[in-house]
Amino acid sequence: MTDITRLTVAEALNSLKNKEFSAVELTEQYIKNMEAGRKYNAYITECADVAIKQAEEADKRYAAGTNRALEGIPLGIKDLFCTKDIRTTAASHILDNFVPPYESTVTQHLLNDGAVFLGKLNLDEFAMGGSNETSYFGPVINPWSKDKNLVPGGSSGGSAAAVAAHMCAAATGTDTGGSIREPAAFCGITGIKPTYGRCSRWGIVAFASSLDQAGPIAQDVRDCALLLRSMSGFDAKDSTSCDIAVPDYENFMNGDIRGLTIGLPKEYRPEGLNPEIAAYWDKATEYLKARGANVKEISLPHTKYALATYYVLAPAEASSNLARYDGIRYGFRANGEHLDDLYINTRTQGFGAEVKRRIMIGTYVLSAGYYDAYFLKAQKMRRLIHNDFLEAFKQCDVILTPTSPITAFPIGDESMLQNPINMYLNDVFTVSVNLAGLPALSLPIGLSANGLPYGMQLIGKPFDEGTLFNVAAKLEADAKFERI
Amino acid sequence: MAEYFIETAKGKWEVVVGLEIHCQIISKSKIFSGASTEFGDDPNVNVCFVDAGMPGMLPTLNKECVRQAVKTGLGLNAKINKYSEFSRKNYFYADMPTDYQITQFRYPIVGEGEILIDLSDGTTRKIGIERMHIEQDAAKSIHDLSPTKSYIDLNRAGVGLMEIVTKPDFRSPEEAGAFLRKLRSILRYLETCDGNMDEGSMRCDANISVRPLGSAELRSRCEMKNVNSVKFVMQAIENEAKRQIEVYENGGTIEQETRQFDQTTGQSKAMRKKEFAHDYRYFPEPDLPPLVLTDEYINAVKAEMVELPDAKKQRFIETMGLTPYDAMVLCENKEHAAFFEKAAAGHDAKKVANWMMSDFFAMLNKKRLDISQSPVSAENLGKLVELISKEVISGKIAKDVFEIMAQTGEDPEKIVEEKGLKQVTDTGAIENIIDEVIASNPDNVSAYKNGKTNLAGWFVGQVIKMSQGKANPAIVNKLVREKLDK
Amino acid sequence: MAIDNHTVKRIAFLSRLKVEDAKIESTKEEFNKILAWIEELNEIDTENVEPLIAVNDTTLRVREDVVSDGNYKDDILKNAPSAEYDYFAVPKVVE
Repeated sequence: MTDITRLTVAEALNSLKNKEFSAVELTEQYIKNMEAGRKYNAYITECADVAIKQAEEADKRYAAGTNRALEGIPLGIKDLFCTKDIRTTAASHILDNFVPPYESTVTQHLLNDGAVFLGKLNLDEFAMGGSNETSYFGPVINPWSKDKNLVPGGSSGGSAAAVAAHMCAAATGTDTGGSIREPAAFCGITGIKPTYGRCSRWGIVAFASSLDQAGPIAQDVRDCALLLRSMSGFDAKDSTSCDIAVPDYENFMNGDIRGLTIGLPKEYRPEGLNPEIAAYWDKATEYLKARGANVKEISLPHTKYALATYYVLAPAEASSNLARYDGIRYGFRANGEHLDDLYINTRTQGFGAEVKRRIMIGTYVLSAGYYDAYFLKAQKMRRLIHNDFLEAFKQCDVILTPTSPITAFPIGDESMLQNPINMYLNDVFTVSVNLAGLPALSLPIGLSANGLPYGMQLIGKPFDEGTLFNVAAKLEADAKFERI
Repeated sequence: MAEYFIETAKGKWEVVVGLEIHCQIISKSKIFSGASTEFGDDPNVNVCFVDAGMPGMLPTLNKECVRQAVKTGLGLNAKINKYSEFSRKNYFYADMPTDYQITQFRYPIVGEGEILIDLSDGTTRKIGIERMHIEQDAAKSIHDLSPTKSYIDLNRAGVGLMEIVTKPDFRSPEEAGAFLRKLRSILRYLETCDGNMDEGSMRCDANISVRPLGSAELRSRCEMKNVNSVKFVMQAIENEAKRQIEVYENGGTIEQETRQFDQTTGQSKAMRKKEFAHDYRYFPEPDLPPLVLTDEYINAVKAEMVELPDAKKQRFIETMGLTPYDAMVLCENKEHAAFFEKAAAGHDAKKVANWMMSDFFAMLNKKRLDISQSPVSAENLGKLVELISKEVISGKIAKDVFEIMAQTGEDPEKIVEEKGLKQVTDTGAIENIIDEVIASNPDNVSAYKNGKTNLAGWFVGQVIKMSQGKANPAIVNKLVREKLDK
Repeated sequence: MAIDNHTVKRIAFLSRLKVEDAKIESTKEEFNKILAWIEELNEIDTENVEPLIAVNDTTLRVREDVVSDGNYKDDILKNAPSAEYDYFAVPKVVE
């Protein structure tokens, strides 16, 4: 028998329906992989017992013919989603004993569709990082690593690594500046950040509220479509959730791309862009052209300023969102004689260096005398960046860019560690999308000379994830990327 | 009114005061969560995950809090802003579970307005409203259960508040007091806040400064925090003004600071200075899109507005003949005004007002009753006044009848009937009594005839006494004189 | 707008974080590097640009005023590092 954990979600669902194996058997196999793959440090909390119980319930459903959309599919959950009675840490010491008495809307949707939860996946602390090295629980190792241990990307590094190494059938991620797309690219799999407002943020530990979106990380485009359909939907508990019908994304994959216009932003191809990724970008463009799509150079003139804009707005919101971790109502507490001492000791010991750096930057850009110069300025720049996309989408239907200018780099890379800006620069192709609230998908396109995956990014119009799935399905078919 | 100033050996000083009033919004659930606003339950019961600031929790805005705010804004004759925005005010405090407060900063829901205050001399004055915004209340800390710890109860965390900010328009403690009473009255008319300062559902901060009388400068002000009664606000203003004057007159300067009022001493002290000043780092709340109201919505709220105290007062003066003072007193409280209107229907309104302002309120006070619990109904008070107007009973007998009404709640007509208290207007019967009195007091009769004419009053008294108060005093008066002068 | 050591301390306090005295200098330098990088935004004139607050043009939805949540104090208190008599306990707050 073939390894059933190599199946995609769609294939596994088929087999489960045909009773080729049971949900318990499938779950047990993933648990074995999860245990065997502990060296990757992808999971913060494993919950095999809960998973088996859920799988048993799934098998009953299959027997009774009442199986739901994702019945018996073993998933990994980024440890930023609050899961009822299962510890939720945000990969931070400050929450390392927190057991939510509630379930996030997105994970509840997945449970309602019959999914099985294998455990909670590692990430950068509070999703702040691009390499999964800021986790209190240690870095995740990219399954593509050869002689040196490589980062899986971040912040959803555990999610990407677990999917790539078949330690779960698919996973949830969140994306504030590239946190789904970059790790998906580094690990040779597929992920989509939907339109802001598509997935409810209720019950997801907040990083930067106006940028955060949940989305799936999966083996292929079809699995992303299946997962996203389940995760999406209007939620009255999230005032930024949009009341727009969720289509069956899988249907879009059968679409035609003839006559679609693919936009190629010239600002994404600066002098000195890594020639390997530039070549793959050209190749991807050729694939789409060959299938009848039109290709058009477009301009997103404020691209250059997206990173700096992001690194004002995201830390500002984070500084406020993370104020609640003060040692009073939940989480870690360090003692102090006075209340302020308690706060300072708790937060100084409870947060890691990158989180503290961002809290302080965020506090500074909001503080009296600097608000206009930094925060307000960045909000205005955000408007210009948003307008760039509005203009661009008058001329094209979807935008094609690389996901990241580089492939996975070694854990503990000196240049990244010494200068945080070097790490921030990896988000250069992804942050604009969050600033504009647009949907974007990353899929693997090919390997570098040294055998590491590159990802391509497709950016869509608001709430037009369907077109992304349509185009991505074609690219995927042509690229014939081989996963691990 | 007379100009208020504080005079010292060195000169005259004027006070300049602005108020910030936090008013708890009457609603069933909290402003940003579905937990109950019930007061007085066990700790941490009326709390949900949103109120506790748990990770991943998000606010959703309560419709009723918006409606209450718009109503209040209209009651303050203020501009309702169709576009408003929520912001976060960031500061660490045990009473604030998220360590930021969701409030409104740049774009409040209510803009400039004004209200009239009624002063003791019967005059009115306009006070400007700067703005009003809505926000969430903080939790409550309990400091007296343990010598080393404070305890936090989140029941109040997230209850809706309206913060009303006035212009620095007050020039005397009296004006500030009159404003608070008027505001409370408006809020209670609108049923948007119960206005109970002692329970903390209405809380007042006062920004106080002084300047030489006649000067137009604005000097540094001190903020007096959480003064919890009208009386204490007036006292705090007076004492703080005196303190500042003393500092200035001794060559000192006033630094802007926050002070805590001590209601047992009436004095205040500066709150502990922090090493670093507060910096609230307001920014637009990313969890809540902007609040947009339509004209239709605002008009619909307008349409359901009740008559407010000023309009009612004006109507009472113009159509019911009340004095401005009586009208003001009766209108301060919505229930009082309603009781009055019911009692006065079809009767002499001015007399009804007099009765309410004297015997009736005295009775309620004595019995410690709210007007809703009054044993004397509005209809019966009206009837009593009618009995006096029609001279069925005298004013004096009416007081006795009222006593009985207060004890039994009975209909005054029935009391008068059963007890035979009807006024005697039959001149024959009265003449008989007068004759009897004259006959048995020959000394006083001769004294009267010899010029002590003020004895007439004594005779009148005796006659009324003998009639057990039922003789009509006007008739008695007339007949006594006729007979004595004969 | 380069920041000084005092600002580092003030920002740390506002954030309720402690920066060890020995690290103030390096923190300041790191911040100044990041802020200098951010200041490239000043190349663009944004005088007449409206700040973008929410990406979707949605306005705020309102909720019916019904009591639909709460009344589970055990769940509220169960993660508390210190809870006594159904209250959250903190060191005595003196004002």
